[in-house]
This record gives sequence, C-alpha cells and structure tokens, in this order.
Amino acid sequence: MRKVDGLAKATGRARYTDDIRLPGMLHGKILRSPHPHARIVAIETSRAEALPGVHAVVTGRDMPTTFGIIPWTPDEYPLCVDKVRYVGDGVAAVAAVDEDTAIAALDLIDVTYEELPAYLDPHEAIAAEAGPYIHEPRKPGWNGNVTKVVKLEFGEVEDGFAEAELVVEGDYLFEGTTHTPIEPHCAIGLAEGDGKLTVWSATQVPHYLHRELARVLEVDPARVRVIQPPVGGAFGGKSEPFDLEFCVAKLSMKTGRPVKILYTREEVFYAHRGRHPFHMRYRTGATREGLLTSVDAEIVLDGGAYASFGLVTTYYSGQLLTAPYRMPAYRFHSTRAYTNKPACGPKRGHGSVQPRFAFEVQLDRIAEALSIDPIELRRRNFIGPNTRTVNGLRVTSNGFLECLDAVEQASDWKRKHSRLPYGRGVGVAGSTYITGTNYPIYPNEMPQSGIQLQVDRSGRVSVFSGASEIGQGVDSMVTYIVAEELGVPLDHIRVLAGDTDFTPVDLGAYSSRVTFMLGNACIEAAKRIKVMVQDAVAEAWDAKPGEVLLAGGWAVRAGDTATSMPLREAFNLAEAKFGTLGATGSYNTPKDVHGDYRGATIGASPAYSFTAHVAEVEVDPETGFVNVEKIWIAHDCGRALNPVLVAGQMEGSAYMGFAEALMEEQIFKSADQGRAGLHNAPSLLDYRIPTSLDTPELESLIIESIDPEGPYGAKEAGEGPLHPSIPAIANAIHDAVGVRINTLPFSPPRVWRAIRAAEAERRSQVSTPQVTAAAGVK
Amino acid sequence: MEVVRLRVNGDERKCGVPAHYTLLETLRYGLGLTGSKQGCDKGDCGACTVIVDGRAVLSCITPVWEAERKDVRTVEGLADGTEPHPVQDEFDLNGAAQCGFCTPGILCSSVALLDRNPSPTREEIRTALAGNLCRCTGYAKIYDAVEAAAARLGE
Repeated sequence: MRKVDGLAKATGRARYTDDIRLPGMLHGKILRSPHPHARIVAIETSRAEALPGVHAVVTGRDMPTTFGIIPWTPDEYPLCVDKVRYVGDGVAAVAAVDEDTAIAALDLIDVTYEELPAYLDPHEAIAAEAGPYIHEPRKPGWNGNVTKVVKLEFGEVEDGFAEAELVVEGDYLFEGTTHTPIEPHCAIGLAEGDGKLTVWSATQVPHYLHRELARVLEVDPARVRVIQPPVGGAFGGKSEPFDLEFCVAKLSMKTGRPVKILYTREEVFYAHRGRHPFHMRYRTGATREGLLTSVDAEIVLDGGAYASFGLVTTYYSGQLLTAPYRMPAYRFHSTRAYTNKPACGPKRGHGSVQPRFAFEVQLDRIAEALSIDPIELRRRNFIGPNTRTVNGLRVTSNGFLECLDAVEQASDWKRKHSRLPYGRGVGVAGSTYITGTNYPIYPNEMPQSGIQLQVDRSGRVSVFSGASEIGQGVDSMVTYIVAEELGVPLDHIRVLAGDTDFTPVDLGAYSSRVTFMLGNACIEAAKRIKVMVQDAVAEAWDAKPGEVLLAGGWAVRAGDTATSMPLREAFNLAEAKFGTLGATGSYNTPKDVHGDYRGATIGASPAYSFTAHVAEVEVDPETGFVNVEKIWIAHDCGRALNPVLVAGQMEGSAYMGFAEALMEEQIFKSADQGRAGLHNAPSLLDYRIPTSLDTPELESLIIESIDPEGPYGAKEAGEGPLHPSIPAIANAIHDAVGVRINTLPFSPPRVWRAIRAAEAERRSQVSTPQVTAAAGVK
Repeated sequence: MEVVRLRVNGDERKCGVPAHYTLLETLRYGLGLTGSKQGCDKGDCGACTVIVDGRAVLSCITPVWEAERKDVRTVEGLADGTEPHPVQDEFDLNGAAQCGFCTPGILCSSVALLDRNPSPTREEIRTALAGNLCRCTGYAKIYDAVEAAAARLGE
C-alpha cells in the first residue's frame, strides 16, 4: 500500500514550512547568549532599530510570561528576561527585509552581561544546596538546581537482595544525544488587522503550541490558528514550543507583516531537548536459576537549563523498566539536575533508553555469571501477557517471547553466541515501550484524540485530522482505516491535517500514541457513517442493515452479490435519508490501568509494545573500532496496519540506537577547553550521524500479538524498537572481546582502552607467560 | 543584483540574484523551486543535492556562478511530465521516504548514479548515497527502491 503523501514527497511537491513564502514576508533572527550563565544588565537595541531594512526588534521584556510544556514547571521565557542560562539562550529577535539585514542587525544589539558561575556537571549543581541557583526554587527551602526528585519502591527490595544467589552491581553513563532531524526548525507568524494570529510551524504538537501562543502572547485562543505543514523529521525534537514560534508571532504583531525564522543547523543543536545524560548505578539480584529477585537504581539526570519534559523524564527513568521481565521488588531514586547547557527533553524512547541500556547489560552479566544462555535467561524472567508489573502498570497483549524466538532463529544465535572467534560476537537485549500515555500533559477529561469525516456526493471521503504527520505515516494510517470501514478506494479519500482552525484536537505526535488513539477515533467515526449507509441501502433493498457490505467501492448484499450498487449511490441514499453525511470520532484512554500511589499514572499506557534485538559485531582489537554487521529486530507491534511502514519504523529506530551506541554524543566544552558550555560539534559533519556506509544491515521481523484495545489490534512501532540496539551491541562487544564498556558511545579509543586494560589484568593474573594478545582467549 | 543564466529542468532561465547566492538559494528563492532542501547550509547533509551536467552536486555550497549556463536537474525535473521517474515511484512503493526532507537530494544522487551505472550493486548504491544523510529510514528501504528502479529501467 502506498503512502498518501509518498509521491508528493518523491516529486518535491510536499511543501514544508520553509518552502512557504508569503507576500511582504520579513525574515527574523535571534540574538543568542555567548555565556553559559549570566545576568542581563542591559539590552540596547536602538542601533539595530535604526539600521535600514530593520522593521522591529523584540526582547524578553516584550513577552514576560513564562511557559513550559509541563504545566507544573513553567520556567522559560520566549526570550530571556533577567538571566541567560546556556550558551545559545535567546535574548533578542529582529525582523528585517532579508536574512542578511537581520544578521547585520544582531551585531548592533548591545547586551551587557554580568557573568555568573556556571554548572556543567549535574552532581555539582545538586551539591550546591545553598546556591547559587540556576532557577529560583519553586518552593522556599528547595534546591533551585533540581527540577525533580522521584523515589519509588515496590515490594521488599532488601529482602529480595538477601534471597539472591547473585547480586550484580554496575555504574553506567549514557552521554546525551540529540535528534538532528534533517529539517531545521522553522516558523512563520502572520498577525492580521482583525486580531487573528496564524503561526505555521514545523512542530509535532500544534495543539500545545496553540495554547501556549495564546497564553504567553495574551491573545484570545479563539483568534490563534496553528498550521503544521509536513514536518521534515522530529523524533521528539519538535514536541514543545520554541523561542522562534513566539518571536515570529510577536514580530508580526509589531510589524503587521508576515515574519519567518529558520534555525541554522547550529541553532538546532542548541535548541536540543534531546536525550538526557544519565548517570546510573544499578544493583540486580537473581536466583541460581537466573530469576530476578530485586532491582535497585540510583539515577542522576543532567537536564540542562530548563525543565522541558524533565518532570516526566524523571519518572520515566524508573517507571518504564518493569517489563518485559517479572521483578518481585524494585526501587528507583532519580534526580534531575539543572545545568548551564541546552535543555534536554524527549528523544525517541523518552527517558527509558538509558536505563534499558544499563539494565540489559546487567542481565547479560547475570547470564554470564550463572552460565545461562542470555536469551534463555530473558525467557525465564518473562512477565507474560494480561498481568500487572511490580509498579502497577497493566500489561495486556505481549509478544515478547515470540520476539526472542524470532531473533534467536534469524540470527542463528545458538551457533554463534560464545562460539565465534575472538573479535566477533553476538549480543541480545529486550525492551518494552508505551503506546501513548494514559493522561494528557495538562489535566482534562476531554478525549486525547479526535477526528472528523465528511462524505461528498461524489463518493469522496474527507478526513479532518488534528494529528501531526512527521513522516511516520499517520495520514496514511487514517486513510487505510476509512477504506477498511467504508469500502472506499484509497484514492477517494482526502486527508486534511494539521490546522487547528479545521481539525479536531489531537494532542500530538509523541509517546507513540497516534496510531492507537487516532486510529480508534477514526474507526469510531467511520462506523457511525457506516451504520447510516447500511441503514439507507438496506431500506432500498428491503434487507437487514447487517446484510449490506461495503467493500471495493461497492455496496453489496451478503449472500447475493448480484444485488449491489456503487458506493457513491449508497452514500447518496444515506444523505437523502439522514441529511449531510459526516461524523466525528474520539478516543480517550482507560483510567484504571496503573497503581495507586503518587506518580502511578506516569508510565501508564493503554498498551505496551515489546522488542528483542540481536546484534552481530566485529571488533578490531588493534584499533578498538566496532563494526556492527547486522541487527535483527523483532518487534511486537500488535497488528501491522501497513507492514512496510512498520518495518520502516523498526529499521529507523534500530539505526538511531546504533548511532547512539557507536557515534553520537551531545557534549559541551569545559572552561579548561576555552569556552565553558560551548557545543563541542554543532554541525552534521562533526556530530557524527551515520551515513549509508556506517549503517549496518537491518532485518525487521514483525511480531503481531493483536492487542485487544488497539485499532484492529495495533500498538506502537516508532520508539520501542530503538531501545535494545544499544545494549545488544554492548553485549555483542563483550561476546567478541570480553570487555564491558559501561559508558556511551563505544568509540574506538574507549573500546581500545578497555581491551588493553583487560589484557593487562589478564597478564597480571596469569603467572605463566604463554598467553599472548594475539592468542586471544575469550 | 546580478543576472545569472541557467538551464533548469530543460528551461532556459534568467534570474536576478545577489552576487553571493548559492545555487540552492537561486533555485529556492530566485526560481521558486523549493523541492531542493536546506538542511545544514554547509555541505554536510546532502538534502540540497541536484544534478549539474550529469553529476550530483551539493547546491548549498555551489556558488550559482559555477552553474551558469550549465544543465541543472532538480527533483522537480526528474519526472517525465505527469509520469514519475521510476526511482520516484519506487521510493513511494518501498516506503523509502518517511519525513521526505532528505528525499529530493537522495533521488538526485540516485538518478545521477543510474544514469552512469544502470545496474549498480547494493554496495555501489551505498557508496553513491554516502553524501546524503537520512535520519528516518536507516537507509535499507532506500536501497530497495533504487534497486527496484534499476530493474525497471533495465527492462
């Protein structure tokens, strides 16, 4: 099945935000802080304003209202008001006739800063309990350098360790990574004389942007319209409001002309909101048979300058680890620190990719210590379907065992694991992920997803969808559902999406929620129309409504295929009988699918996906270079509504995990390196994302568990399949050369040093001289 | 403003541009051909790739004057009228475009490859696309699409 936007994208016709040009449009630029932490003493804009071609300059004082994607932690301004908190924080914006003039104007804005001590290390920020603080504490006595602390305990943790035959302890560091969509963020603002404000933006959350624009700019939300053109990649990096969206709106309100801002690639790296660096310590207890008895985690999250989604990330760092393995007891203690670096947020697999890396390596160490095959160890601990996790999450469909079977077989695991020559190895890992969140970001009882269908007399069905097409295929997904329910040919369905003036609310393309939620809403809407059509046709045929089948562009009588009419006539009959033909559908989550404790709702989902990977690697012991030859990806997505698109999500996820394992790190220079807080490599050459030559062979193995509540049984596929890549590669490196590398990425110097250290240790333990490096004992 | 002359997708075009304009800026802002994308503006990502005199080039680091009077093909010029180029069609059929932002550049690299090597091996395809970053697909479906297009072109 083709995608509805496939040919538009393959012919250059798809119009992304930066492809839009409006008459009289001005170009905006944002002046950014050169300091990681400083007080703004004064901003002088008159020289910039006097430059010919400049139409407006705004500063933080023009928009002095805080915002934040999580309603409990609004801690940022569209432009900084009194302080800058990272290199790259926005302090002023200009609108000018062209980009060159706007850039020249930035040089004419004089900002006087008073530098403050900067925190680049989360532990130092947390330790400074008495200040100085990056943010004012939210409550008196709190530490203004801490966003959130979560301590949760389930079951008898210490008893579990006491019963354990084996307790494995480990420290892990996951350096942050960033999304790097190929499309940089872009927005256009248009304030019109009648008080209407329209913002086009490459966002994955038009509804939240709509709310925040209205609130911060003090415009009636009924006058604000957000249009989301096709988005050129997001991965979580466009899932909250950014400075440019407020700035284009405010600059347009001041000038009366449309204003566009397009981030440079460097600005995309500073805008960030990517994967948090996690400093993790795990203790894992197991019986002699390899059954888990207790798990204990201590995690410090390096949050960067603002809260972003950090409150949720702090919960997710612990809450999403409790499947697919049964844990009798579990405790986690997570602390998110503020630091003077770009804010971290949600990246594909939000908050759970880092702990999954650590935990799956822990499992591998248990398997090794107990001489149990690592896949077998995972099977033994399988939590099963239709159960509750130790932290109270309701699990329904669960195809994890089938995932393990599939990768074991496809990779020829039994003949490879611990049997390949030195330098080659295979590793396995498993994971789970949410299919949407049970609660919206701001508390309300309304549906999480809505859709509207309208039937034309021509037989065409128009779909008004509030969901965000970011490349995952949501516009295609609703098309397939309408075709399935109403029997309409695919090319008779039009999707009109991503415009808050026309479409019902969908909360956004995040947390792998869209297929499940919008899909169910779409089925509901289509069934409402179907009932009317069946009723009207049944009357014409003197039949029962249930005997009227809609398929392939026809209405057909069951058991009597000679009785039929084109769907168009059937729709016309229904319109004659019931009036204009249309319907809405909506979906809201079940609310009793989590435990009963503070924070229990965070991590709760209507369904969970499951994944297993096997990675095969070759490690060069002379250079430390790791070549991942292949990753087998088995993913339980419920039902694959379009297997090609599901496989695409699986491959894209595994690729992105591979990239984080071996190549990418979002890191910043220290004061010793000349400029504290400066991004180490803010370009697509130096921040190394994999090319076609770097990327391993990927094989997708779709497992369909058929979820009882998903649309036709579907669950998510966009984020879950990223998780196991990293630990599977880590475990494969161990199988290949016998070393555990607990810090990401597994770069050649790191791997080389680990191999050298292991050899030195072996030499010191072996008194006889016959073991040489070349002989390589595993 | 200076006037530059280009042959773009078969049309002789004249365009007034600032002297420092790149080929990408001329295509996007001067001629309204927004199919070619800007992802990095420094030749790292390949989203701006177009075909100049049969070779895939990075239009964001090509001064427009280097393309003067040359034959430029962009994603808008790959189709034969309303009939998409087999590579375009196969990208659609194989799910090779997810977000689609890198797609115009990858299509141009692919067509330039197939024009000089009608039956490339998978390894040759990987090498030809090494200058085009895709962040969505993991590349596998892109190789499938190029291989399928090569097979169709060879029929």
